[in-house]
Amino acid sequence: MSRLVAFAAIQGGYNIVSKVEGKYQRALDTYDADTQVGFPNTAYFLPVIYSLLGIKVETLEDIKKPLEIARKLLPPHVKGKHHLPYLGPLLDAGMAALFAFEIEEALRYLNDPDFYLHSEEIDEDAGKIWLGAADDTVFRKRGVEFVDGSAPGFAAIVGAAPDAETAKLIVEEYQRRSLYIFLAANQNGTTVAEQLLEAGVQIGWNTRIVPFGPDISSAIFALGFANRAAMAFGGVKPGDYKRMLHYNKDRIFAFVNALGDVNAEWAAAAAGCVNWGFPTLADTDIPEILPTGICTYEHVVANVSHEEMVQKSVEIRGLKTTVSKIEIPCSFGPAYEGERVRGDDLFMQMGGGKTQATELTKMAEMNDIEDGKVIVKGKDIGDIKAGDTLPLGVYVQVAGREMQTDFEPILERQIHHLINYIQGIMHIGQRDIAWIRVSKAAVEKGFTLKDIGVVLHAKFHQDFGKILDKVQVTLMTEKKDVDEITKRARAEYKQRDERVENMTDEDVEIYYSCTLCQSFAPSHVCSVSPERTGLCGAYNWMDCKASFEINPTGPNQPIEKGECIDPVLGQWKGVNEFVYKASRGNVTHYNFYSIVHDPMTTCGCCECIAALLPSCNGVMTVHRDYTGETPCGMKFTTLAGVMGGGASSPGFVGHSKFNITQRKFIKGDGGLLRMVWMPKSLKDEIRDRVLKRGEELGVPDLIDRIADETVGLTEEEILPFLQEKDHPALKMDPIIGG
Amino acid sequence: MAEEKKEKAAKTKKVADPKAASIDTATQQMISRAAELDIDTIFDRAVSMKPCNIGNQGTCCKNCGMGPCRLPLPKSGIEGEDNRKGLCGATANTIAARNFIRMIAGGAAAHSDHGRAVAEVFRSAARKETDAYKIKDIHKLLSIAPLLGVEIKVKDEEGNELDRDIDEIALEVAEAAMEEWGKPEGELKYLKRAPEALYEKWKKFGVLPRNIDREIVEIMHRTHMGVDQDYKNLMKQGTRAALADGWGGSMLATDLQDVLFGTPYPLQSEANLGVLKEDHVNLVIHGHEPVLSEIIVAVAQRPEMVEYANKKGAKGIQLSGICCTANEILQRHGVPLCGTFLQQELAIITGAVDAMVVDIQCIFQNLANVAKCFHTKLITTHPIAKMEQDNVIHIEFDEHHAVEDAERIVKMAIDNFENRGSEVMIPRQKNVQVAGFGVESIEYHLGGTFRGTYYTLNDNIINGRIRGVAGVVGCNNARTKHNEGHIEVVKELIKNDVIVLTTGCNGIACAMEGLLTPETAGVYCGPGLAEVCETVGIPPVLHLGSCVDNSRILLAATEVVKAGGLGKDISDLPAAGSAPEWMSEKAISIGHYFVASGVYTVFGVTLPVSGAPVFQKYLFEEFEKMYGGMWDLEVDPILHARKMIAHIDKKRKALGIDKARDRVLMSMEDRMKLEA
Repeated sequence: MSRLVAFAAIQGGYNIVSKVEGKYQRALDTYDADTQVGFPNTAYFLPVIYSLLGIKVETLEDIKKPLEIARKLLPPHVKGKHHLPYLGPLLDAGMAALFAFEIEEALRYLNDPDFYLHSEEIDEDAGKIWLGAADDTVFRKRGVEFVDGSAPGFAAIVGAAPDAETAKLIVEEYQRRSLYIFLAANQNGTTVAEQLLEAGVQIGWNTRIVPFGPDISSAIFALGFANRAAMAFGGVKPGDYKRMLHYNKDRIFAFVNALGDVNAEWAAAAAGCVNWGFPTLADTDIPEILPTGICTYEHVVANVSHEEMVQKSVEIRGLKTTVSKIEIPCSFGPAYEGERVRGDDLFMQMGGGKTQATELTKMAEMNDIEDGKVIVKGKDIGDIKAGDTLPLGVYVQVAGREMQTDFEPILERQIHHLINYIQGIMHIGQRDIAWIRVSKAAVEKGFTLKDIGVVLHAKFHQDFGKILDKVQVTLMTEKKDVDEITKRARAEYKQRDERVENMTDEDVEIYYSCTLCQSFAPSHVCSVSPERTGLCGAYNWMDCKASFEINPTGPNQPIEKGECIDPVLGQWKGVNEFVYKASRGNVTHYNFYSIVHDPMTTCGCCECIAALLPSCNGVMTVHRDYTGETPCGMKFTTLAGVMGGGASSPGFVGHSKFNITQRKFIKGDGGLLRMVWMPKSLKDEIRDRVLKRGEELGVPDLIDRIADETVGLTEEEILPFLQEKDHPALKMDPIIGG
Repeated sequence: MAEEKKEKAAKTKKVADPKAASIDTATQQMISRAAELDIDTIFDRAVSMKPCNIGNQGTCCKNCGMGPCRLPLPKSGIEGEDNRKGLCGATANTIAARNFIRMIAGGAAAHSDHGRAVAEVFRSAARKETDAYKIKDIHKLLSIAPLLGVEIKVKDEEGNELDRDIDEIALEVAEAAMEEWGKPEGELKYLKRAPEALYEKWKKFGVLPRNIDREIVEIMHRTHMGVDQDYKNLMKQGTRAALADGWGGSMLATDLQDVLFGTPYPLQSEANLGVLKEDHVNLVIHGHEPVLSEIIVAVAQRPEMVEYANKKGAKGIQLSGICCTANEILQRHGVPLCGTFLQQELAIITGAVDAMVVDIQCIFQNLANVAKCFHTKLITTHPIAKMEQDNVIHIEFDEHHAVEDAERIVKMAIDNFENRGSEVMIPRQKNVQVAGFGVESIEYHLGGTFRGTYYTLNDNIINGRIRGVAGVVGCNNARTKHNEGHIEVVKELIKNDVIVLTTGCNGIACAMEGLLTPETAGVYCGPGLAEVCETVGIPPVLHLGSCVDNSRILLAATEVVKAGGLGKDISDLPAAGSAPEWMSEKAISIGHYFVASGVYTVFGVTLPVSGAPVFQKYLFEEFEKMYGGMWDLEVDPILHARKMIAHIDKKRKALGIDKARDRVLMSMEDRMKLEA
């Protein structure tokens, strides 16, 4: 009965708005009106209010307007008999409640700044299990997973399950299906987050189980996350509420699970979520709203059993999820990728400085290997005791009619995350610096080294079936064997690196497109050439090539680069034509090697953003993990906001970290010698490569002439440093108008 | 004296049987009451006077002094060549087509002249020549201004875009609107509001109206003796004039009324003769143009007026309405509906009506005769609509003295309260209704401020919960049982999950029957429609207002097309139109602009084309090939509804939505294929 839902939700909307009005009044009595309010490290203000109303809430005073809007949205109460239509009013009441919730949370950050732990992980020992709003760094990092599909959607769970085991049952099933699980609200003081901890489930962004807060108001953080994705990746403009909500309905597969009694406030929140196209499924007997229209399918579904909750939820949201069925004793899936194996939980480890651990993937002749064969040479887990270490060699042999040696490194790179996908196993590093930690829990379930082989065999077939026919895995734990394979591997790595490094844009006639992000950023199209890797850092030219071979109609399509229009700025006729078509006419052309003249577009997924610093006659770049201010006057997240959504913005360009030291990096504007500022952490990360590239450019100490945040955060502050260091950019032609 | 006797004798001969005359109990009671009081009503006249059989077929030509030439179709039909012709040689087709489009001209003229009157008041308001009228709905003004080519933004010296002054916009809108009636060049501006495919059809067939008046004048010229003698070419002009009504005069009337008086939003009210109150001053407003009645509503609510009524012994002032003026003030103010077209005499026969104010259209001259039997003051207000009887009071309304006129009328009603006789008999019947729907409010209620969109409706049409949409409109007709056609057609439609948009006297009939309440959905609707109604909280029959508000149905249909998923043109929609009890020329004009906009439109009772089978076939079949919509006639209400449903099913099949929709689970690959 929708009328009963409307009746309750409108009541709830009034309660919530009135309560928050009271809290706001008290805040005004306590603080000055110009006191800063907001969520930590975000360029999106209070993101739900900002995205839907276009209002930037920065101070206590700024809250007034959206709160007034919330009040005005509250419709008349629904009469029992001969009532007026209530669907529109119901949705408005829900929206009013959500605006009020976001304000309530902003006031909480003001009144009680330590209520939430500003971190990706909880601090259980300190009793800090509520993480509050995702900051932009977390949001971008995690948002990309929604964009590329590794996270198909999110479940917002409010309340508490009847017991810890039920909570675990539901949440782990979502994990298996790779969804994010956002937790909020309580049921008589009990929360799912606490229930999971009780059941021994790791929670935090790493395991995709995010405890937002103990009150229903904290559910707003889930919507703030979704709307920021629409702004950052989808290019939806703040205030364009129609597009914003449609974007969410069509592209963000989220839904609500209400566990326990649904009160009027929850009803209002659920009604609010319907505006997004996010349905609510409850385990209690509440009135249902079944017909479709605002959501893709049903709106509110009641009496869902806990066993069916997950399957029903994804069905009602219209979402297809896949569970990797792999014959190993542990659960497996992307949700376990970020899970840690800490000291207390550790059973044994391999590599990580304690022993040598090396991974190598090689192409083999079809007849030389046996598909599915996993050989463990040496001791296995069962042969050792807790706390021991082993050396490890992972040697994967692959054969197939479509296989090429160029694909070896691509397959090899998969090993890291595939091993991480095993619940209870942690993988760090790659190549000859790999490190695997095995937890007691995994060993208890029966995990052995053979399972690593089983996983690699199964997943390689699943993901790369088009290019390979056979996979054989050898796991070595004898020091002699490991040393031998390590020696051989190092020679391989060297040869591979040289081959990739020496490959130039001129060498190839085919570039590749990448439209992986088009599910989120419909008008953006990346072009990837050997010397311009994908700006998200995830795809280089070779990856794209392999991806095309694997899936010829997929997101990576070959682009015949065609006639060169400008060799200096890097523009080709064929590329332009492709981009025009793939961007649905939004982008007519762009240059690969310039920041000044029609630079390449970005979806908002980029690892770094470079910006022009005219007074320094150079450029700066900033990566997304750096949350501070920069000399261009904008933080990363603000820059990304300015740039995202697939428009070419002269003076700014998105790029990968790796691209910085590629030879064609802003070549048209003078190349890497233009680089005058980078965050220190980025400098440290790519130091060796910058040193090498500096040498090639005749400025071996270039890295030390580049300023960072310790030098200054404005052009004026860094200019004296550049002058003192005799930075080469200062002597180059004027970067603009030159 | 002798004549009087004769008349009386005729009356006693044939009196209407209340049960046969109407399905409505209140009406039946009042027909009996009239018989008791020996007052003749339309129901009695309908049994005593038969319609002309030749005129009924559409084949009587009296367009020149040589006629009337009468070309009845023999009962057995005509085998072989049809050799019937008038003195000049005009064929049955020519005659029927000429008569038909003259009806269109009459209807289009009525709607459009109403629109013009509103536009004139609007212009006075924009010029600030009157205090009585102000721009009430700025949002609506801003939404129609660009459609009339009026800028709503201006640039300052630095090129910044600023909001333009509302008064300036209003003035230009008024002038642009007035132009539509008589501009020398171009075409009607609102035509571009139609789906593009429809506009292109009109263009292709050469029927884009140039200006409203010209199309009506041209009909009068073409149908003059010896001018256009090709039924197809005649209908082309009929189409052009009908479009000038639906997408011109009527649409402008609706829009400008909304700007002046407010765009309707859902509200609760009541309907039927039972809304009259014995202890109140009853002032009944009847007609079509809300310009004066808007002011009467305001004046009657003033405390000093209520006090004055109290002083005169009444507990208050009860306003109520008949016909489309009633619908107008219902939609915007919740003023209850006193009755339909056929109940106008009956309202007075209650003896409780202290004054009836009439403006234009659908007003029986016999009201004056009935009023004479009671204390009721019958007040005509419009310079173009007077009555010859000497008991009729004429208070000519003009917008510059609107408030004084309204005060005078309300006072006159109050003063008349004490003159009531003892013979008051008000039927108890009345029903609650939820009315006040419109293009804007439907959109809002389909998703609220943030998600309001017709797509919600489309989605439920696509998934089959709603089978289709019907516009059921029109008059009452004393040649058929009052309200029977209306109610049976509507009930059959909603039973089959077809949602109904209603206007005019069909709206009033549905309100009287209680079909305009949300609770009705659970009683009369199929399960799918019932579920949608319950979800949105709406009745299965949505009252969109008066007969000029049929333009709202055109725009609602256009919004449905624009929302996507149901084709590119109105003719693609699973939709149909109906006027089960039509009688006026306006209905013919409305019917034809619906047909020419792509809607299959079924009329009940009769259609004056049956005497010319070739012409009838042209309307009933050939039109579909051109515009996607066509005429039909079906007297039996159930068959009538089933024909509409069959057409809806045909359209569902063409759209590929005749089968159940699968639940699609979206993978990442599916999402990448989504359009921007």
